[in-house]
Amino acid sequence: MGTVSRGFGGRRRRHAPELPPGQYLVEDFPVLSAGPTPRVDLGDWEFTIATETGERHRWDWAAFRALPAESVTVDIHCVTKWSKLGTGWEGVSLDTLMDGVETSAGFALAESYGGYTTNLPLEDLLDGKAWVAFRFDGEDLAPEHGGPARLLVPHLYFWKSAKWVRGIRLLDSDEPGFWESLGYHDYGDPWREQRYWGD
Amino acid sequence: MTDMWTDGNALAGPMQEVLSIDVTAAVGRCVACGRTGPIAETRVYDHAPGLVARCPVCDQVLLRMVRCPRRAWLDLRGLTYLQVAFP
Amino acid sequence: MARAAVLGRLIWRVARVAAVRDETPTARTLVLDVDGWPGHLPGQHVDVRLTAADGYSTQRSYSIASAPDGTRLELTVQRLDDGEVSPYLTQVLRPGDPLELRGPIGGWFVWHPEDATPVLLAAGGSGVVPLMAMVRTRVAHASPTPVRLIYSTRTPDTVLYRDELRQAAAGDPQLRVDLVYTRGGPAGWSGPVGRLDASRLATLAWPPGAAPGCFVCGPTGFVEAVANLLVDQGHDPQRIRTERFGPSGG
Repeated sequence: MGTVSRGFGGRRRRHAPELPPGQYLVEDFPVLSAGPTPRVDLGDWEFTIATETGERHRWDWAAFRALPAESVTVDIHCVTKWSKLGTGWEGVSLDTLMDGVETSAGFALAESYGGYTTNLPLEDLLDGKAWVAFRFDGEDLAPEHGGPARLLVPHLYFWKSAKWVRGIRLLDSDEPGFWESLGYHDYGDPWREQRYWGD
Repeated sequence: MTDMWTDGNALAGPMQEVLSIDVTAAVGRCVACGRTGPIAETRVYDHAPGLVARCPVCDQVLLRMVRCPRRAWLDLRGLTYLQVAFP
Repeated sequence: MARAAVLGRLIWRVARVAAVRDETPTARTLVLDVDGWPGHLPGQHVDVRLTAADGYSTQRSYSIASAPDGTRLELTVQRLDDGEVSPYLTQVLRPGDPLELRGPIGGWFVWHPEDATPVLLAAGGSGVVPLMAMVRTRVAHASPTPVRLIYSTRTPDTVLYRDELRQAAAGDPQLRVDLVYTRGGPAGWSGPVGRLDASRLATLAWPPGAAPGCFVCGPTGFVEAVANLLVDQGHDPQRIRTERFGPSGG
């Protein structure tokens, strides 16, 4: 730890016992990005699930929005240590999207407009654990927060909740994504503080 | 909406910590479009879990860096080369 | 020694605040003593790290405002009301306090005092800070390098180093300082008010034939606009160096 700066508090943050280790609560919703915000026209938007055998299941925006959606309230935890509790989203469950997709793959790679990727075990997308979310806090998801739609996987660090998601590639073997290939933990469980390789 | 980038001068401190050289005056060639110029003139996204420098012409990721308390990781695959001058 | 300072291991040092000096109602200069400071070149910056009692820490970069002066250096910090670090540095930090920093950092946006080529300095707001280090270094070296500083700022209340710049220019025909007021001039001002545009830049800058080294510093919008104007007016893009004070500031 560096030298303590007398009288320095920093941005409003609260420590709370219900948070994963090392996290603090923030009041705003920080925007993090590895690149320019993609501008995706809804007329061009597509979401594709590609199986390990090459089968593709594709939805355009109209088909996607015709699917049953859910409103969920979840806690989110960023690897840069901020957390927000009780955030409200509306999205289509991955259980809905994966319904009818035949696969024996164990892994998934989420891919986004703009080139971002992130990997996770397929089972972490299922059983009510993940959504493709298109509304946040009662409004259409803003581009800076991943709109038109982003992946939402709140039980893992938020870098796994890929903004501007365009599809999921199902794989037989794990393939590290954008941050996982450069030091960030392959799985990323905030409760076990799995931030970096070897954690 | 303004994207959250600054210029390559933001890489100077973090990269000097890892490589002990000043990278901002170093010249790099983009592996995608061939744009060649000083790293100081690249676009750096530093509101992220790591630092990402992109080509100012084609947005290709030129280099990336992640830092945690006792380790750093560096990916230079987006540069065909990095040319460093000695004083 | 100055060139060697550009390379080498970067370590965190604990500086001591020796004095503070308000430049404007919202900008303050911190005078720091840094044990073991290896020296610096004008244009370089330091990274400042603040740590709260619970271990939370955050960093910002600040351009060095002073000419090399042994183990002493100055930073001028502009307070942003919704900033996290600048309110602390400009309102809480006081003489005697520690301030953790590392540097000097940067080898691109630097001016070498032995370089006699004419220099154009274009400053947008607090972008004047590293350019002031260049002016101060030139004065300290009694350098004959011809310099033109174009300093764009909102109003007379926001001008940093006004008296010092006026005195330095008054005593030296090779140093020219022009203020560009974008929102309002001083009482009785009959000159133009508004952003630095192509015609004013052409009037105030070196002609391209002088092949000046150009240093442009300030917010991204200012830097992009001025750098593009300079290229449009015939200046060699390879002789233009820029430093943007980006959105990560505060």
